[in-house]
This record gives sequence, structure tokens and C-alpha cells, in this order.
Amino acid sequence: MIYRENGQFKTTYKTDQQIFPILQDRWAVLVLIAFAFVGIPLLVDEYMFRAILIPFLILSLAALGVNLLVGYCGQITLGAGAFMAIGAYAAYNFAIRIDGMPLLGALLLGGFTSALVGIIFGVPSLRVRGLYLAIATLAAQFFWDWAFLRIKWFTNYSTSGSVSVSNLEVFGWSLDGAVDKYLFCLILLVVFALLAKNMVRGAIGRQWMAIRDMDVAAEVIGIRPMYAKLSAFAVSSFIVGVAGALWGFVHLGSWEPAAFSIDRSFQLLFMVIIGGLGSIMGSFFGAAFIIVLPIFLNQFLPWLGGLAGLSISVATVSHIEFMIFGALIVFFLIVEPHGLARLWSTGKEKLRLWPFPH
Amino acid sequence: MAFFLETLIGGLMAGMLYSLVALGFVLIFKASGVFNFAQGAMVLFAALAMARFSEWIPGWLGVANPIIANILAFIIAALIMFVVAWLIERLVLRHLVNQEGATLLMATLGIAYFLEGVGQTIFGSDIYKIDVGMPKDPVLMLESVFEGGILINKEDFYAALIAAALVAALALFFQKTGTGRALRAVADDHQAAQSIGIPLNRIWVIVWCVAGIVALVAGIIWGSKLGVQFSLATVALRALPVVILGGLTSVPGAIVGGLIIGVGEKLSEVYLGPLVGGGIEIWFAYMLALVFLLFRPQGLFGEKIIDRV
Amino acid sequence: MAREIGDIILDLKGVSLSFGGVKALTDISFDVREHEIRAIIGPNGAGKSSMLNVINGVYRPQEGEIVLRGEHFSKMNPYKAACAGIARTFQNIALFKGMSVLDNIMTGRTLKMKANLLQQAFRLGAAEREELAHRAKVEEIIDFLEIQHIRKTPVGRLPYGLQKRVDLGRALAMEPQILLLDEPMAGMNVEEKQDMSRFILDVNDQFGTTIVLIEHDMGVVMDISDRVVVLDYGKKIGDGTPDEVRANPEVISAYLGASH
Repeated sequence: MIYRENGQFKTTYKTDQQIFPILQDRWAVLVLIAFAFVGIPLLVDEYMFRAILIPFLILSLAALGVNLLVGYCGQITLGAGAFMAIGAYAAYNFAIRIDGMPLLGALLLGGFTSALVGIIFGVPSLRVRGLYLAIATLAAQFFWDWAFLRIKWFTNYSTSGSVSVSNLEVFGWSLDGAVDKYLFCLILLVVFALLAKNMVRGAIGRQWMAIRDMDVAAEVIGIRPMYAKLSAFAVSSFIVGVAGALWGFVHLGSWEPAAFSIDRSFQLLFMVIIGGLGSIMGSFFGAAFIIVLPIFLNQFLPWLGGLAGLSISVATVSHIEFMIFGALIVFFLIVEPHGLARLWSTGKEKLRLWPFPH
Repeated sequence: MAFFLETLIGGLMAGMLYSLVALGFVLIFKASGVFNFAQGAMVLFAALAMARFSEWIPGWLGVANPIIANILAFIIAALIMFVVAWLIERLVLRHLVNQEGATLLMATLGIAYFLEGVGQTIFGSDIYKIDVGMPKDPVLMLESVFEGGILINKEDFYAALIAAALVAALALFFQKTGTGRALRAVADDHQAAQSIGIPLNRIWVIVWCVAGIVALVAGIIWGSKLGVQFSLATVALRALPVVILGGLTSVPGAIVGGLIIGVGEKLSEVYLGPLVGGGIEIWFAYMLALVFLLFRPQGLFGEKIIDRV
Repeated sequence: MAREIGDIILDLKGVSLSFGGVKALTDISFDVREHEIRAIIGPNGAGKSSMLNVINGVYRPQEGEIVLRGEHFSKMNPYKAACAGIARTFQNIALFKGMSVLDNIMTGRTLKMKANLLQQAFRLGAAEREELAHRAKVEEIIDFLEIQHIRKTPVGRLPYGLQKRVDLGRALAMEPQILLLDEPMAGMNVEEKQDMSRFILDVNDQFGTTIVLIEHDMGVVMDISDRVVVLDYGKKIGDGTPDEVRANPEVISAYLGASH
């Protein structure tokens, strides 16, 4: 009975257009963010930060970027991993080649580089769509996989092929501890999520969705497909690029091109499908789900096997993980294309009306 | 010159195998409008089944003759592929009729993951052998034309023959049988085909089944060459540009596209690769496909795509 | 009536269009005057929809040109047409299914919104103000079309008649000078048709919008339009006021299926 919006009248369009028009939602989100900033650092241990929370934040950011392109603009990509790589390697090169380049500057420049490349690889989207576009994005994936492996300049002629960064610092705040890294990623994620939300609820977001839903009609009312699609590629690649730079700099510390392989691209796409195409919130749900499920299976399956008297190897667990992901993708595409986010909002809708079913 | 020819022929052989995988793509796309990303997983799955059954059967039945074991394993693997096709139609495609291409593509990506997972859970994830008795020794050819002749792998040669035979058989099947005609009708227009009484669902099962058999043959050839292992699934990724090049709806396109990509990869790797650090065959085909997407999206032999408002 | 029919605003000269070898339109010329309601009628497959698609640049005719307020366009495209003040609705409703009614109509304001990407991302003053100003404008259209109760509903969930109305609303949001309506009343019941006719007349009357419409319902066409063009097999066979067209023997034979 607490979740009621009785008496919350909107008297201006401004209040009607808030991100969370319902008062209870606004409070819930504020409490959640406050908890993420204050509560979690007090409660959680080092392992939890490094193995779960930091990857979750960064991959949420990447999934958010992918969702803008796939979920909002309807342009499929199988090359998101490559754009993470571009962000990471560009940031690395800016950091080592320009003296005194601040961390934040390198990350953002990484994002900008990724956005530029994104625009170039987005050009085929003006001619083709659907699976044809998927193949164009795969071309980006394979090309950059190769480039970062074979073109030594990108890795600053490192003999091992892997690059590493150290002494991360933002405005005098040194990101040594896991908590600092966590907080830094959290800040970036909150900021980018807000910016992304603003875009999708504004004019540009409507243009993206119009192109996604009915491109001919969109053009007829004055939306330029080129601007809408390429801006989606740019913004999406920017965010994915920043996420990639964070993945390299903050999460891994030192990395090889394999960190951003095609498997990463598929993983991001799966996050978006399972979490919910066309939903900012869904990106978080999807990332959480895909990060937590393997950890859960690793604990649960051997235990289950133990009950049945079987020993289940690590390899088997990973195969079962594949099966479950595959089955879930198909399940969500058939039953709920809007993913976990839709299940969540349906639940909320029910709660608003509860205890009256209609 | 001899070296160039060797490279060329090597490329053609590899291309023949790409053609086989591409053929699987084209068959399914023509009949159901689905771009089957799971073709690679099907190759892996079929090859795993074949490899493991041919290994297990002698123990179960007590027959030591490898030919019988291989034939039985082939039949079992084919049956398994039939079941897989039927399940895919039942559980997935039937529920996604009339969805957009991108949705179907993502669904097949899900199927690919599922098949890879199931295949390796049941059959294991080591490297397995398939030995169907293909000769491995290289032969020298055209010794009269070039000094020293050119070196060709017999196995490649037989593989190419098998692939060519399969392609010919499929072409006959499509052109001459009633089922083949129904398949072509479905490919042209789902609804029209349905309205004259062609059972869409059965056609889909058949076509996925045929694609499964094609996958099995491709899996056996690749598997006997390289061993059956997870990397087989990535063969599909290598064969993707082939269908863009040849045209998604064209059987001859798949063949010619496969040969062009096979040759292009080898030649570019040998002659261009050293200039840029090698390993370019991975993306060379994709870049070629990208050029086609920009300037001729329907490929060499495909039908022109016309959008109507 | 308040409106006064003005000068020629849109003039089509010798338009021919073919797909492959199939001729859809053959040498068609007609004009549209400011503030009038101009109907295009004809049997199925006469080329009516193709005609609209030519006017707003979805199809490129092989021959002929379009003169819009004295400006010559031999190559029109949908974006240019939109900038020039041409809006349209679609025969098989082409709404953005994943978006709410409000957002659908807001997309019609695209050309009038100027805030750049960064301003929108940060929702700085200008972007916010612009958004609110256009929202107010869109609400006027929502009021006009009497669809206040569904403004937040995703259009996919709406019944057919309401979707048609939203489609009209989206076109109106462009504040067009010329509005092309492709069978606005197809598939509606009598009451819905009456509503839609009233909206069309009101739009024409209140905003002075020039309207070009395709419609099958003869009664409606003859009632609301000022002048009618008749197409058959891609050729123009009649042009004039409803009464003139009704008396035209060629038109009668095309409609009654008499000898060609």
C-alpha cells in the first residue's frame, strides 16, 4: 500500500517529464545510489570488489553503450568488444605519449577515438541493415583484433604484446585500493547513465527510436537517417570506448587484445538482450545477471553434482553455462524481448494497482 | 609460378570447405529467411557426434571394422542432426515467425551457444580424431609442366571432390524433386507457399535437416584434417563473408564466393601478409565483404533487395 | 467557410514512374492550390499511393518535375520534402510502435528542435526549455485530436482508429503547409470516418493547411474535397470539381468496369 502515487499531481510539463515521475521511485533510486556510495564500501571485502563489483560497473557501462545502439537505434552490433579495445588502446597511447596526461583525460580521449572509429564503421548502416550490418560490425571486430596484436605501435613495441598502466590518479585521488577503483567507476557509471537517459528521453533519443521502429516514416517527418544512425554509433562507441579504457586501466591494469575478443562482443549483446533492449535500467540488470550467473553456477553445480554423487568438472560447468546462456537468449527473444527490465516494470505496474488486479 | 599455383590450389581447396559451410547458410536463409549463426556450432556438434560414436561403437558392438563403425556413426550423427533440426523448428523458429532479421539472428546466436554447450557436455571437449580413411600423403602433379611440379595434398583433393559431389546432389535435389520445388516456393514467398498447401513447418524441418547433413559432411572433412575441437565452431565466422560475397540467396554464389575467399585469403596472406605483419587472412575476407556491403549488398549472385513502403 | 483558395502551391509536371519494366505512373500533371482539399481517386492499383510517394520524395520519378511554391525539384527526397513543409500519413499506419503517443507526436517536431547533442545530454537550459516549449505545442495537437487519455500509451497497444489519429497528429506536429493523407479512413467504421472527416476539415479550416488525400469512400471524397484527380492504370483520366468528375464518362467507365 506504500507504493501509491495518489495526490502526486503534475502541474507543469517539467515535472511530468522527470526521469522518475513517481515520488517513491525517486526516493528509492536516491537511497540505492547513496547505499552504493556509502554502504557498500563499508560492507564488502576486497574479493567482492575485484571479482564482482568493479567488473559489474564497467560492463554495465559498456552494455549501456551497446543498448543505445542496438536497443534504441535498432542497429545490431557484434563488434562492441573491438570498440572497448579501441577505447583502451587509445587511452593507453594518449597516456604514455603525452606527458602529464591526466587519467580522466586519457579515458575520455579513448572514448572520443572510439566514437570516431564508430562513425566510420557505422557508415555501412546507411546502406544495409539487420544481419548485413552485423557482418560489417564483425569486420570491425576482426580487423581491430588483428591490428592491436600485429601493429606494434599500438602497444608501444612491448615485447610480450601486453600493455600495462600503473599509478592511477584522478585530481590527486590515487586509485590504489579496490574501494577507490570501485568508487571511481561508480561515479563514471552514474554520470554516463544520467547523460544517456537524458539523450534517450530527448529529441535525439526519439530520432533513434523512430529510425529503429520505422525508418521510412522517420525520414518523411524530417529525421535524417544519416545523422540519427551515425550519432547513435558515435555515442554508443564513445561510451563503450570509455568502458573499455576503464576495463584496461582500472580493472585489469595490464592487458592483451584477447581481453576484448569477439566473445566479449557477444557477452555484451547478451547482456542487452537479457537485460532489456531499449532500457537503460535493463543494461544494469543484464550485466549483473551475466556476471553473477557463472559465479553462482560454479558454486551450485558441483554442490548439486555432489548430492547426486557425481563430480562436475570446471569445464563441464562452463559448458553448462554456455547452454544456459544460449537457452536464455532464445527464451527472452521469444517470450520477453524487453528482457528483465520489462519483467521489473510489469511487477511495478502490478504493485501500483495492488491489491486490485485491474 | 609453381609456388603461385600451389598457393592458388591450396586456396581453392580451403575455399571448397568454406563453400560447404556457406551452403548451409544459404539453404536456411532461402527457405526461412533466417541467417543461421549456429551453422558453425552445428558443424562442431555433428563432428563431435561423428567422432565420438565412431570411437564408442566398436566397444559397444564388438565390431572392429572401422568402415562399419564409421558408417554407423555417420547414420547416428545424421539422425541426431535431424532431431536437432526438428527441435529448433519446434522450440525456436515456430515462435519467431515474422520477426525481424536481427531478432532471428540473435536467436540463432543463442542456439549456437546452446549447441556448443550441449555438444561439449555430452561428447567432451578434448580434441578428437575422425578417421574416415582419407589418404594423407601429398602427391606431385604437373611435373611435366613445371620443374619440380606442384605439391598437392591428396586429402584436400578428395575433400574437394566430396564437397563438389554434395553440391551437385543438392542442386539436383532442389531442381528435380517435389520437396525441392516446395523449398524454392517457400523461399520465394512464405505466405503464398502456405496458401497453396505447402506445410511451412515441415519444409523448415527438412531444410534445417539438410543444413545439418551439410554441416556433418563439412565437420567430417574439417575434422579429419584438423581434428574435432572447439575451433570448428569458429569456421562459421570464417565462412560468413563468403555468403555476403556470393549473395545470401544463391547456391552458386556460395560456391563461387567460397572459392574466391579461399583463394583471396591465401594469396593475400602469402603476398600481402609479410608487408603488414601477417595474420591478415582473418580480416581480409571481412574487409572484402565490407566493400561488397557498401557497393553491392546483394552480392555477386543474390537477388536485389527492394524495400517497398 | 473561413478559408480562401489561393494560388497554385504545388504543381506536378509530366511525372512518369516505373519499377523495372512496370509503369506505375505515366505522364501525370496536375496542380494543387493553396488551402484547398485535393483528392486523388482511382481503382486499386491506379497509382495513387505512388503519386503521394513521388510528391514527398520516397520514390524518384524517371521523368517530370515537382514545382513547389515556384521552386523546381527534379530530385525530391523525403528530407527535403519535410523541410519544404510537406507532411504525410500512411496507408498502413507507419507509427513508431515502441514509443508512446506523446513521443510519436513529438518526433514530428524534429525539424524545429535545434539543441545539439551535448546540450541534450546534459539537458542544459536551452535543451530543457526547447523540450518543454515543443511539449506544449504537442499537447495542443493532442487536445485538438481528443486523445488526451492515451498520451502515455505505447501506440502498439491502441486500436486501429486511434492509431490513425495519432498518425495524423504526428504529421500535424510538423505544422505542414501541405498535408498528404494516404487513405485516412480506410478500414474505419462510419463513426470513425465521421470523426476523421471532421478533423481533416478542421485542420484545413483552422490552420489553412493544404490537403492532398487519397480515399476510397466516394461519399467522403465528394463531400469534403474541392477538386478531384482521377487516376486509372497510372494515367490521369479526369480532373475537376467533384461534380465535373462525377459526370466524366471515362471516370464512370473506369469505376463501373465498362470497356477500356
